[in-house]
Amino acid sequence: MPVCRWAGGHNDRVIPPWGLFMFASLSDRLQAVFASVRRETRLTPASVETALREIRLALLEADVNFKVVKAFIDRVRDRAVDRAVLESLTPTQQVVAIVRDELLALMGEGQPGLSSSKQRPQVVMLLGLQGAGKTTTTVKLARWLGEHGRHPLVVSTDVRRPAAIEQLGVLAAEASVRVHEPDHGTQVVARAEGAVEMAKSFGFDVVLIDTAGRLHVDDELMGELDALKAAVEPSDLLYVADAMTGQDAIKSAGEFHRRLGISGVVLSKMDGDARGGAALSVVSVVGVPVSFIGDGERLQDLQPFHPDRLVSRILGMGDVLSLVEKAEQVVTPEEATRLERKIRGNDFTLQDMRDQLKTVSRMGPLDRLMGMVPGMGQMASQMPTEIDPKALSHTMAMIDSMTPRERSHYQVIDGSRRKRIASGSGTTVQDVNRLLKQFMEMRRMLRAVGGASRSRKKKGGRRRAMPAGPRFPVR
Amino acid sequence: MSVFERLRTGLRRTAEQLVGRLDGLSAGRAAGGTAVDTLDDLEGILLEADIGVAATGRLLQAARDHRGDEDLRTLVKTELVRVLESPGPAPLIDAKPRVVLVVGVNGTGKTTTVGRLARLLTLSGDQLVICAADTFRAAAVEQLEVWAKRVDADFIRARPGSDPAAVVFDAITAGKARGRDVVLVDTAGRLHTRANLMDELDKIRRVAGRAVAGAPHETLLVLDATVGQNGLAQARAFLETAGVTGVVLTKLDGTAKGGIAVAIASELGVPIRYVGVGEQLDDLVPFSATEYVDALFEPVW
Repeated sequence: MPVCRWAGGHNDRVIPPWGLFMFASLSDRLQAVFASVRRETRLTPASVETALREIRLALLEADVNFKVVKAFIDRVRDRAVDRAVLESLTPTQQVVAIVRDELLALMGEGQPGLSSSKQRPQVVMLLGLQGAGKTTTTVKLARWLGEHGRHPLVVSTDVRRPAAIEQLGVLAAEASVRVHEPDHGTQVVARAEGAVEMAKSFGFDVVLIDTAGRLHVDDELMGELDALKAAVEPSDLLYVADAMTGQDAIKSAGEFHRRLGISGVVLSKMDGDARGGAALSVVSVVGVPVSFIGDGERLQDLQPFHPDRLVSRILGMGDVLSLVEKAEQVVTPEEATRLERKIRGNDFTLQDMRDQLKTVSRMGPLDRLMGMVPGMGQMASQMPTEIDPKALSHTMAMIDSMTPRERSHYQVIDGSRRKRIASGSGTTVQDVNRLLKQFMEMRRMLRAVGGASRSRKKKGGRRRAMPAGPRFPVR
Repeated sequence: MSVFERLRTGLRRTAEQLVGRLDGLSAGRAAGGTAVDTLDDLEGILLEADIGVAATGRLLQAARDHRGDEDLRTLVKTELVRVLESPGPAPLIDAKPRVVLVVGVNGTGKTTTVGRLARLLTLSGDQLVICAADTFRAAAVEQLEVWAKRVDADFIRARPGSDPAAVVFDAITAGKARGRDVVLVDTAGRLHTRANLMDELDKIRRVAGRAVAGAPHETLLVLDATVGQNGLAQARAFLETAGVTGVVLTKLDGTAKGGIAVAIASELGVPIRYVGVGEQLDDLVPFSATEYVDALFEPVW
C-alpha cells in the first residue's frame, strides 16, 4: 500500500492514503480470491465454495460479526450457485457483482453526513464507550460543519473524566470553534440547555454536545443520556465507535440504539491498521448508517462516509465516483465531452494520454487517485512507498519526443523510433517500452469502460448500473 | 425485506444447513447431528468473543481430534485453559527496585491500571515509586497523582513536554536511593503503527536498563476488552519493541470478552496477568484462566 509521510513533531507518522486505509487488507484478500476465481473459465460449485471460504475468513479477520458473515456467505452462495450464473459466459464477474451487491446491502442505504433537519439550532449529541474518541470527533465535526457554511457551537457534558472539559476547550481553540463554557456548571442537562440557549441568542445554527464515555450496561449513566436527550431534543445522535472494536460492537451500539435511537455512527481511529469490519456489522445488524469516518489525528481528518464507494474499493473496482468528482473540479465540460467521444470511439491516442496526465497532475497526489481507478487498486499496492513525482514529467517528456503520427498511431513505434524517443526525452528504451505497455493497458481498460457506459445508458440509472454492470471490467 | 429480516432468515437457513458449512469438518464426523450443532455453537461463542479465526480453528481441531466421552464444550474449555496457562506463571524477580512498565495504544486505560496495580502491590506489602512518564496527554500526570496519593506512594512527575526516558531514569534512581521495592511506570498511549512513538518506548527501555540492571523487569500491555483482531497486531508490535511480558485486560465489566488475549497467548506466548472488571479502585484482579474461560461461555445478554 502506498503511504506518504507526514512530518511534524509528535504527529510524525505514516498515513495511508485516504480510502485505502483500513480495508486494505480485506480488499487485498478479496482480490486474491477473485484473481483465483477468474482464472477459471467455468465456475463449479466447488470453486465457488473455495472462494466463499476465503471471503468468510477475510471478513472474520476484519472483525465483521460472525453472524453477519454467516448470513452474508449464505446469501452469496444461494445466488452464486444459481445455474444461470454458473453457465453464463462471465461467471466470475457475476460472482464479483453478487458479492458487491451483498456488501452494499450490508452497508445500508443511509445518507452520509448529518440529517437535513430544519431545526435551528440543530442539536447533535455524540455518544459512545470510554476511549472511543468522542471529544476529538466533536471538534472535528464542528470544524467540518464550519467549512460547510454552518455556525457550530460545542459544549462538553463530560463532568466525570478529569480534564475532559479542558480537552474540548483546547481542541476547539485549535480549530477556532466556539465553546459554551458556563462558569460553574456541573449539571449535565443544564450545560447542554445553556449551550442551546446561547446558540439561540448568538445565532449559532448547530450545537454539538459531547458526552461522557459510558458502558452500555451502566443503567444509571444511560439514564443520564435519556434525560439529556429529552431536554435538548437532538436531531442527530451520533454513536462514536472505535474502528479497532471487535465482535462486541453490535452489542454496545445496539444497546445505545435501543435506549436512545442513534441516527448514525462515526467510525474513529480509521488511520490505524484495524480493518474496521465492525462498521459493516453495526450497519447491518443495528441498522444505523455510518455517517462520518475519522481517519487521522489532525482536526481536518473527518469525512462523510460513502458505502458504495467503499465497497467498490474493497472489491478493487475503484472509486469511480470520487474520481469523477475530483475530475469535475479540474476538467472543463468541453474537454470531458471530447474525451468521452474518444473513449466511446475507441480512438484514445498517446496525445490524449498526455493531455490526461496533465489533467491528472492538477487533480492531486497520484497515489490517492490510483486507488480510485478501476483495476488499479492492486497496482497501487505494488507501488514503492513514495511515488516519484518526476515519473509523470518523464512520461510527458517521452510523449513530447514523439512525432504527431507516432502519437496518433502508436503501432508505428518500432525499435529505432523507440531509441530516438528515449534519447530525445533523456530516458531509456526500457522506459519507453514501459510507457507503451501502460498505454495499451489503458486503451484496453478504456475500451471496457466505453462498453460499460453504453450498457449504462440502456439501463438508465448511472450510479447503480456503472460499477455493478456485468460488463464492467473486473479483470 | 429489511436487512435485519434477511439476516434472520439467513441465520435460520444456516442452522438448517449446518453440515457442509463448518470449515474442514470432515463428512464422516459430521454424521452425528448433535455433535455438529455443538461444534457450531462453540465456534460461534469463540468467534463472538474475538478469539479470532486461527485460534478458534486450532481449538476446534483439538476438540475434533479428541476421541473421548467428554462433551465438546468441556473439551474446548480444557483446551482454552491449557492455552491460557501455557506461557507459565509469572517469573519471580528478585531485583530491587523491580521496574514495571505499562504500555498500550490510546484509550485502553493505562493510567487507571497503574493506579490499581499500585493498590494491589501496596496491599501485598511492596513500597512503591510511581512514575508518570506520559508527558503528552493533558492532565495524565494530574490523574496519576491522585492515584499515588490514595495509595500513599512516592510520585515522580515529568515536567510537561520533557523526555519521558529522563523521567523514568529519575524515578528509578529515586527508587534505588530510597530502597523501594517497585517502580511503576505509566507511559503515553501510542498507536503501534507509529514508528517514532514506538522508538520512544524503546529508548525508555534502554534508559531504564542503564539505571538498574535488567530493567524493565516486567512490561505490561494494556488491552481494551472490546478490541478485535487488531489486538493481535498491537501485541505483536509492542512485543517486538517493548518486550511485553504480560497483558492486562481492561473494561471486562461490559459485554466484551477480550478473547483476542487467547489468540495472543496462543500465538505469541504472552500471558494475561491482570483483568480490570469495574470502575472501583480494587477492580483489578490477578487473572484466573478457569474463571475467565467460564465467563467466556456465559451469555451476558
